[in-house]
Order: sequence, then structure tokens, then C-alpha cells
Amino acid sequence: MSKALDITGLKKTYKGGFQALKGIDLSVNQGDFFALLGPNGAGKSTTIGIITSLVNKSEGQVKVFGYDIDSDLETAKSHIGLVPQEFNFNQFESLTKILVNQAGYYGVERATAHQRAEKYLKQLDLWDKRDNAARMLSGGMKRRLMIARALMHEPQILILDEPTAGVDIELRRSMWEFLRELNKQGITIILTTHYLEEAEMLCRNIAIIDSGVIVENTDMKSLLAKLDMETFVLDLKAGSPAPQIQGFCSRVIDDHTLEVDVRKSQRINDVFQQLSEQNIDVQSMRNKSNRLEELFVSLVGSGEQEGEK
Amino acid sequence: MSSARNMIALKSILHKETHRFMRIWVQTLVPPAITISLYFVIFGSLIGSRIGKMGGFDYMAFIVPGLIMMSVITNSYSNVASSFFSAKWQRNVEEMLVAPVPNWVIVAGYVGGGMARGILVGLIVTIIAMFFTDIQIYNIWVIILTVALTSATFSLGGLINAVYAGSFDDISIIPTFVLTPLTYLGGVFYSISLLPEFWQGVSQLNPIVYMVNAFRYGFLGISDVSLTLAFSVLGAFIVTLYAIAMYLITKGIGLRS
Repeated sequence: MSKALDITGLKKTYKGGFQALKGIDLSVNQGDFFALLGPNGAGKSTTIGIITSLVNKSEGQVKVFGYDIDSDLETAKSHIGLVPQEFNFNQFESLTKILVNQAGYYGVERATAHQRAEKYLKQLDLWDKRDNAARMLSGGMKRRLMIARALMHEPQILILDEPTAGVDIELRRSMWEFLRELNKQGITIILTTHYLEEAEMLCRNIAIIDSGVIVENTDMKSLLAKLDMETFVLDLKAGSPAPQIQGFCSRVIDDHTLEVDVRKSQRINDVFQQLSEQNIDVQSMRNKSNRLEELFVSLVGSGEQEGEK
Repeated sequence: MSSARNMIALKSILHKETHRFMRIWVQTLVPPAITISLYFVIFGSLIGSRIGKMGGFDYMAFIVPGLIMMSVITNSYSNVASSFFSAKWQRNVEEMLVAPVPNWVIVAGYVGGGMARGILVGLIVTIIAMFFTDIQIYNIWVIILTVALTSATFSLGGLINAVYAGSFDDISIIPTFVLTPLTYLGGVFYSISLLPEFWQGVSQLNPIVYMVNAFRYGFLGISDVSLTLAFSVLGAFIVTLYAIAMYLITKGIGLRS
């Protein structure tokens, strides 16, 4: 399978000596839905900045669909659509003008650009606002405008830097659907996000970056399989006796809430069986936290310890 | 990127730039018209009528080319300086930086926008001047060439200013402390032949003297400097400023980290 993105030995040291990237290797297959995760300051936006030529790299090689950004920058750029983290459009321009001008920068004729602007504004539910100045939009609308803008030249790879930050859950889910549909049409999608649930829901492959180093790069299923333990929260019927669970690490939170840690080698059925034997009714059960989040914290946490040595 | 695609990108930047200053015409086109009208009334009609002839022409006729040129210079410069800095400040300059737009297209697009505003304001001022004096034209080609080269020169200057600017204050420093004094001392209101010999020599270091005089030659057929020297100075400025602008954009000074 051909590579949509191929990064080798990428380093970035900013003026002042801060080393944001310490030599990362990363590759994304064509058609993939890829997550790049990491805490604030990990190097995600620097990586995206270098790919899109907004940040000058210090060392290393970046190829977009085989085109090296050092020797074929313009061709490489023409394959990429970028949805940045910060709003970066002219707040005083109308939505249509922002989109049509952006298409023009990629060499799209004005008539075609108007057709595409109509298509994407309608798909992203912004058509009614097409003549409004961008500053009049809500935060969620501005995010959708940036997605529409990134699609105007019909890129083969779409890079989204925290696209759903500050977007309410309903809108976030509709954006997920839109991105899934784009991916089905063959567009490679790279996503950075703080919402780990988002990565788990959408992405097939994942890289976790921390302190300028890739600490994990694998497919989502393999990553989640590495998770050794999950914590379940059980809501017990009011007035139940204090539970005693043998062989499991458990905590009584209050008189009707119990937390139980279940390792992969253990069976949750055994927990229910013991509770049943003690005449304790379980009314409902849920995961304490997102599984990916637990893994993320453990991976990034170990990186921090290494960094302190 | 093919040349056809570059042309579409260039047209897009030009469209964006001209639309910007037309959208805010009250801020961009009206103030120079009012300012220059006041110059015509005060310096031309009220004071000028007591001055007598300058270079063989009525004072009003003498200052008209210089005042038109002053408007062209100020508006070309400030259009690009404020537009490009605003694009940096709002970060929408990134729309062009992530796209396959060659750097020369970005420079040409912004310079073209600055020239468009400079020349449009020049036309408005010329029309206003017609209410105060009879405009005569000695050589239309010299007028067109001078206004085109001058507006290009100061558009490039505005672009360089905007690249280095870190705040909105920074784009007003050069116009206030450099452009305005050079323009007022550039022979707009007087012939430099009136100055003592030493100050005539000093004036010849002022590039605006060449622009104003070449422009005045186009209207009246008189100039304090040779036309060949005036166009050579303009050409040298354009080549130098274009090279600096291209270097800055290519290096990403103030644009890329």
C-alpha cells in the first residue's frame, strides 16, 4: 500500500534551544484514518506545521504521497488539506469569499470554486450563512468553515489539528460522521485530538507522541489489547450490605457505589457471582474511564519519568 | 504548479486585495480625497494665489502632480502594509503559505493590490484637482510609467514593513517618520532649484524627488532632474526592494517558525 505520509528522522529545535521534535519516524498509509495523540507541548502541532510548511524543520525528511517537501514542496502541498487548531481566516470576509479565494490559491477556476463552495457549505450546514462575515459565526460553525476550506481543492490527505475542540457533543458527532464519509471516499485523514474517545471511535491507526518522541505507533486494536486492566463502576441497590470481593482489587465509594479493577486474565462474571452470593443486587455498571485514556496516561506517564532521569 | 494555475492564484490574491480596500472605501478612498481637497483649497487657492509662478506655471498647476503623487505613495504603501500585517495578525496569511502558491505570486499579488489602490486614489485626486485647475498633459506615457513604478516601489516597501512589523504601531512608524518627511521635502510644494546649492545636493538623495519630478514632467514638461536618472532610480529601487521582499517571504521571516 502506498504511503500518504512518510516521515523519517524529523527534528525541530526552535530558536532559544527548545527541542520540540527529537527525531520522529511516522508513516501513514493511503486511505488510513490516523490519530496523532499527545499532551500539550508534545510536538503534534509542530509535526503538522512542518508537513504543511508553516514550520521549518531542523532535520529529517517528509514525503507526502512520495513528494519530498524539500524538492517537490508545491506538489506535496497540493495533496494536503489543513484544518488548523486556531481560527486563521479573515474574520471580515464572507464565507463564500474565504472558500473561493482559498480554492484559487490551489489553481481552481473561480466558477468551479463557487460550485464547490456551495457543495461544502451545504454539506456542513453553513449555506444560510454564506454571505455573512466569518466573525459572525459561532465557534462550531467556524470549525466547520475551516473543514470546508480545507476541502476546496479536493485534497488526498486531510490533516485536522484538534478539529472538535470546544465543539458540543452533538455537533462533534455530526463532524465525526462527516469525516467518516470523507474517509470512505478515499481521503486519508490524520487527526490530532485531546478527546481520546474521538480517536478510539474514528481511527484505525494511532501514534502517541510525548516530549518530541513517538512512544507508540500501532493499530488501534493492538493498542487497546495492551490494556491490561479496566475499572468498572457498579451501582448497587440502596441498603445493600458492604460487599466483600475476593481476588479483585475493589473500593467501596459510598453505600451504593463499588469500583472493581478487572485484569484481562480475570472474568467479570466472578465479580457478579460473589455479589450474588452476598445477596447484593447490581442495578447498573459502567467503565470508570475511557480505556484509551488509561493507556495514554500510562504511556505518557512513563515517558515523563524517562525524561526526568 | 503550471503557469496557468499560478495566474489563477495571482488573480485570487488580487481579487482579495482589491475587494478588501473597496469594501472599506470609507477608510481607504474617502480620507485621501478629503485631505488632498484641503491641500488644494489652502495651498493652491488661498496661499498659492499670493505665491505667483513656480517653474513658469501657476502654483496650483505646479503642486497638482506632486499632490497626486503624494496620494499614490501613501496609499500604495499603507494598503500593503496594513493588509499583509492584518493577514499575519489574523493568521490568514497561512491560507497562502500552506497552498502551492510560489512566493513571487504572493509578492506580486500584494504589490498589485497596493498599486490598484494607489492608482485609484491617484485618479480620484486628479478628478478633484480638475475642479481647482485645468489639468494639462505633456506626455501621458511618462505619467503612466511613473505612477506605475512609484506605486510598485512603495507597495514593495509596505510589504517589507509588514513582514517585520510585530504590532499595528510598527506599520505606522515608517510612514510617519520616514515617508511623510521625505514626501514633504521631495519637491511636492516647491522646485528644488529654489534651495541653496548644498540643500539641492541633499535633496538629490531623496528618492521621492525623482518620482515627483518625473510625474510633473508628464503633466507640465518641466523637471528638476533628468528623466533618465529618475527612471533609473525607480528601477533600482524596485529591483532592490523586490529582492528583499522575496528573500523575506522565502525565508519565512515573521511568517514561519
